[in-house]
Amino acid sequence: MNIFESVRVAWGGLVGNKLRSALTMLGVIIGVAAVIALVSIGQGARAMVTEQIQGLGSNLIMVTPRGGAGRLYLQDVADLTSRVPELAAAIPDLTRQFTVKWGTSDYSTTIEGTAPGYEQVRNQNVAEGRFLIQSDIDQRRHVAVVGYKVYTDLFGERDPIGEQILINGSSFTVVGLMEEKGQGLGMNYDDRVIIPISTAQRMMGTNRIATILAQAKSSDQAAPAVARITAIYEKKFPTQNPPNDDAIMVQSQDQILSTVNTATQTMTLMLGGIAGVSLIVGGIGIMNIMLVSVTERTREIGIRKAIGAKRRDILAQFLVESMILSLTGGLIGVLMGVGLGRLGSLINIPSTVSMASIITAFVFSAAVGLFFGIYPAMTAAVLDPIEALRYE
Amino acid sequence: MSPVATPVIELRQVAKIYNPGEAAVNALDHVDLTIEEGEMVAIMGPSGSGKSTMMNVIGMLDRPTSGEYRLLGEDMSRKNDNQLAEERNRRIGFIFQNFNLLSRLTALQNAELPLLYRGVPGPERRETSRKALEAVGLGNRMHHRPSQLSGGESQRVAIARTIATDPAIVLGDEPTGNLDSRSGAEVMAIFQDLNRRGRTVIIVTHDEQIAHHCKRIVRVRDGKLVRDEVVSQPLVASPGTMPFAGAGGGRG
Repeated sequence: MNIFESVRVAWGGLVGNKLRSALTMLGVIIGVAAVIALVSIGQGARAMVTEQIQGLGSNLIMVTPRGGAGRLYLQDVADLTSRVPELAAAIPDLTRQFTVKWGTSDYSTTIEGTAPGYEQVRNQNVAEGRFLIQSDIDQRRHVAVVGYKVYTDLFGERDPIGEQILINGSSFTVVGLMEEKGQGLGMNYDDRVIIPISTAQRMMGTNRIATILAQAKSSDQAAPAVARITAIYEKKFPTQNPPNDDAIMVQSQDQILSTVNTATQTMTLMLGGIAGVSLIVGGIGIMNIMLVSVTERTREIGIRKAIGAKRRDILAQFLVESMILSLTGGLIGVLMGVGLGRLGSLINIPSTVSMASIITAFVFSAAVGLFFGIYPAMTAAVLDPIEALRYE
Repeated sequence: MSPVATPVIELRQVAKIYNPGEAAVNALDHVDLTIEEGEMVAIMGPSGSGKSTMMNVIGMLDRPTSGEYRLLGEDMSRKNDNQLAEERNRRIGFIFQNFNLLSRLTALQNAELPLLYRGVPGPERRETSRKALEAVGLGNRMHHRPSQLSGGESQRVAIARTIATDPAIVLGDEPTGNLDSRSGAEVMAIFQDLNRRGRTVIIVTHDEQIAHHCKRIVRVRDGKLVRDEVVSQPLVASPGTMPFAGAGGGRG
């Protein structure tokens, strides 16, 4: 008997018991759909975080004191610019949360002290007015460039250029408005007011800076730049034990990306694994129902054997039945999983349905059908024809 | 029957022992039996006499514990399960008391089943089975399921299933046991017709009336052959006329 005949015979068996077949299949459907939907959500989260990190700027390198001995001053920015030829730009960064007042309205936001070059490094330009210039820094001017959200929330979309605002009680003149950028990594790039770093240091009562944001000339230059900067600070703040506990942390965008990717990858695998368990439970359901089916159809097996069915014919019949259950379930599950993924995207749960997860889930469901189908099919194949014919 | 012809069935010292050990049951106790081509034999005996076991051995559903079984001169004792399945499929046509049709399948699909396992391609299979069903007078019932058929019709589907395979031997296990006398007569008429066309027919029964439709009666008791007689004037079954005594009786 060839495989097509086996499929026909097996199909007949399944159609003979539609509700039971459908319910058995449901186990696999849910399993496969869960695997695909959860993996899609995991991968969607990864894609979103990746996009946000890339949105920070391009070829970005962050230099941050880890606490303890490490310290950064404004001078460090100039040092790095001159000593690291791979860098295109470097800017200081110092942020703190303050209340901003305009007229009678007040508003709590992030005050970011920085310097010219910010536009290039952050990949964000002014929409109106001007950005900070070097003389603002040198003369510690009280000028501010406001983010888009500050513009809408504080000024109610009235032209802010030239307006006076109070930051932490000091008066600032608004000279520019940044273009809208959106949120990412728990930060809203539009919800901030940018002021000269020197002014910010005075207001915050410090002569240090929090971070140096540097930009490599190209993505190829990022790694050598990181190495060079790291070397500079290792010399300046000799490493103590343990050896990887540097005083200054130097991280390129790629490094951050790969760290985050590792984390989201683990999350995706975990989600997929949990869903995979439900697929295995679905497989046990198949085995259970196939065992019942073999018992119920003992007499049928006896008849088939009496008229010439070989062991392998009976084996094929029942194995193909469980394979049809798992493959059809797998197929419907894939469709449902993809549908759930799409639905997630619609309601703002980021999800990316990948071909790899579809194929993996489908192949896994086939394997489940084979694995859990083989025992019931063997039981059927080795039945003694006389015993089977006598079965009531 | 020329003396040089190979017998269809040869049992030599065939024994079948269930539960070997203390509670051993000698279902067949070293039986010798030869059946030539074209014979129509009834195997008779009370319940537990071993006649069903003999039938299962001849039909290769069961293997003898010892002894030799030759079918058309070929030793079946040495064949494995797959080979026996193939021999069953090619040589033997079973007719059971309770028909043993698959309830899910139509009459035509039931009749096709042995050919399916023989590997006959679909169109040829359907054609052969259709002809077989027409031959037993069920040309208008092909797409009915067993539940929509009477007992007599069901048994005729089973016979069509057998005819379709063109077997050398037709084995009936109480084939009229579940039928009313009229349907029983129809079935016996078909058996006699099959025999007239050269097939060897063996019927297991406990019914004298049925047995006397055969040319030879072998009587079994306690696993042994106790009598082997030739029926000088076999009854001729013609549908509707046969006075069945005790049709619908038990099983051996």
